[in-house]
Amino acid sequence: MSRQVNQVKLGAEFIADTPHRESNDRCLWAARMRRDKVAATLPEWEQMRDLASGIKEHALSHLDEYLVQFEENLASRGIIVHWAETAEDHNDIVLDILRSHHVATLTKGKSMTMDECAMREHLESNGIEVNESDLGERIQQLDNQRDSHIVMPAIHKLRTDVARIFAEKLGSDPANDDPTYLNSVMRADMRKRYVKAQAGMIGCNYAVAETGTIVMCSNEGDVDICATVPPLLIVTIGIEKVIPKQSDLPLFLRLLSRSSLGYDITQYTSHISAPAPGQEIHVVMLDNGRSERLGQSYWPVLKCMRCGTCMNTCPVFRRTSGISYDANYMGPLGLALMPSYDLHRYARLPFSCTHCGSCGDVCPVKVPLPELIFYWRQVVVENQQSLISHDLEEGLMGAALRNSTNLQHAEKLGLWALRHTPSAIAESGINPWAEWHSNPVPPEQTFREWYKDNACHNDKKTDK
Amino acid sequence: MKIGFFVPCYIDAIAPQAAISSFKLLRRLGLDPEFIESAACCGLPMKDMGYARTACKVEGAVASHMAGYDHIVMPSGICADQFRNHFEDVPQTPEIKQICHAAVDLVTFLHDIIRVDSLPWASFPHRVALHNGCHSLRYLNEARPSELMIPDFSKAADLLNLVDGIEVGYATRRDECCGFGGTFAIWDKSCSGQQGLDKVNDYARNGFRYVTSQDMSCLLHQSCVARKFGLDIKFYYIAEILNGDAK
Repeated sequence: MSRQVNQVKLGAEFIADTPHRESNDRCLWAARMRRDKVAATLPEWEQMRDLASGIKEHALSHLDEYLVQFEENLASRGIIVHWAETAEDHNDIVLDILRSHHVATLTKGKSMTMDECAMREHLESNGIEVNESDLGERIQQLDNQRDSHIVMPAIHKLRTDVARIFAEKLGSDPANDDPTYLNSVMRADMRKRYVKAQAGMIGCNYAVAETGTIVMCSNEGDVDICATVPPLLIVTIGIEKVIPKQSDLPLFLRLLSRSSLGYDITQYTSHISAPAPGQEIHVVMLDNGRSERLGQSYWPVLKCMRCGTCMNTCPVFRRTSGISYDANYMGPLGLALMPSYDLHRYARLPFSCTHCGSCGDVCPVKVPLPELIFYWRQVVVENQQSLISHDLEEGLMGAALRNSTNLQHAEKLGLWALRHTPSAIAESGINPWAEWHSNPVPPEQTFREWYKDNACHNDKKTDK
Repeated sequence: MKIGFFVPCYIDAIAPQAAISSFKLLRRLGLDPEFIESAACCGLPMKDMGYARTACKVEGAVASHMAGYDHIVMPSGICADQFRNHFEDVPQTPEIKQICHAAVDLVTFLHDIIRVDSLPWASFPHRVALHNGCHSLRYLNEARPSELMIPDFSKAADLLNLVDGIEVGYATRRDECCGFGGTFAIWDKSCSGQQGLDKVNDYARNGFRYVTSQDMSCLLHQSCVARKFGLDIKFYYIAEILNGDAK
């Protein structure tokens, strides 16, 4: 059985690291504030969210038609389409294509869908050199660590961390953490790799069925180099990425970057619809449980367009970092999605949430994240995956809260303990509340006691 | 108009003043609220932890005492949200649906139903930070969440602004969750504690010495964190100010 991820423990370690916690929180909150500012400039913002949600819902409920249309349009222009039912199928297909082209080294743009398949690890174990081209993703690759955010993979790191990693791996000056310098170190290293690469690999933001266009949004230009410089291009697309029409696209482009980073639009929006002369393009359409999810009550999670704004706003995510989720999709999206990949491994994730509801209100396609997180908590309990401490708490509370007699006994006991336990014990480590809190000041009377002594006998006019 | 008054379990035991001020305020407004003494808990803690079956028993038990009221007022946003939006483990009989519809948070009741427009007895000549609890804000629609691009409104601020001498303000991160989250405060104490500390530090940086909210659970958490870290801030449930009990 898979090892269960303990987000609470990993999160507590990150919280204790004040400089990293403060930086992570500050950077992501700044993205949320930029998002609020640019969204407020569009009077139609809430209508856009409704419309985008509706289009996604329509596309997901007509996937069979749109996927076929997309494939036919791609094939008509000489793009070779593959269908992968599982992550293993995906990796086998990619490896076959690369081997048949004698590829030894490739560059790859950031793709959560490829990460979901653990593709890089698979290719590397088969002797193929994979170079991440996205700056944040490359930092994480060099540091041998998972992404901490789906859009900003190294946002939890300080620039001193990056200087140390580049010094170790790329031989730069460990004392120089100037971002311009670090960027130039990465650029110089990557240019050599781009020239050597025999294949490029990229993901896809929107797959337009009507035209057979692969639309890719990025900010660094690296995706375009991966897509156009090497003679072989492989694109991985999750089947939920399909949208019906070209005229739907501007709506999503207007929402994406504003939600994600708080900028009007991504620096690069590339539309790929045919191979360049001498180029070969393969598209791998990945299911990996998506068609199964479509038939479940949590299907709305498939509307997600991976902007990451739910992570930027999540108060837990900002303080614990995406690393603490130890998962391909983290933050509120991870809570709503990862249990569907492995219920045991991710059974604790849905509980890493205060139910503040902010994620649902920022989501540009209105994925009901709070409801889905609630849903998964119940599934975890129904499948006996809950923690013993939760079961114990539930048992005690269930008994105490069932009726007012039990409640009053429990209150008497609790208030007695609060009044009489010596502070050396009450404020000690055996009380989990006491690490961050003083204990509440016990009142002289409960409301029920006050009511008996006062209100229930009083004439209401004298009770002022 | 028959009005029931439901006192959430945590308020009865730890923050009775919130219920006392609310009850007195309703009477002062000429209403005759009936304290539903036999009702215990709305089921939220169990529901929140995913224990639907236990929640069902607790929901069923509490509902058996709550029929027959036009409005059931409760001084707690999270509990009102539980009744109105999540009370779904018990069979959805017409009686249960009526109870869920009748359940209402004190602020919504005062603002939308009886439309209070003056509080001549209340004076609070201080600058006070208003914390709109997440459930009141995003699930009960008592104010505009900063995420939504809709016209601005705040029912709690409207009511507070009827109080003589008051100046209502906000923390810099106006609707950032304070991290209470019910049992979350126990099972993820570090994150909950850090969120609480960030919140009370935000008040302190803005020079607030008074904080109010329509959600007493948030205030209990925040006040205990503030005391632990030596911050001199007083926390009042909104009815304590509206009824003139907060000094």
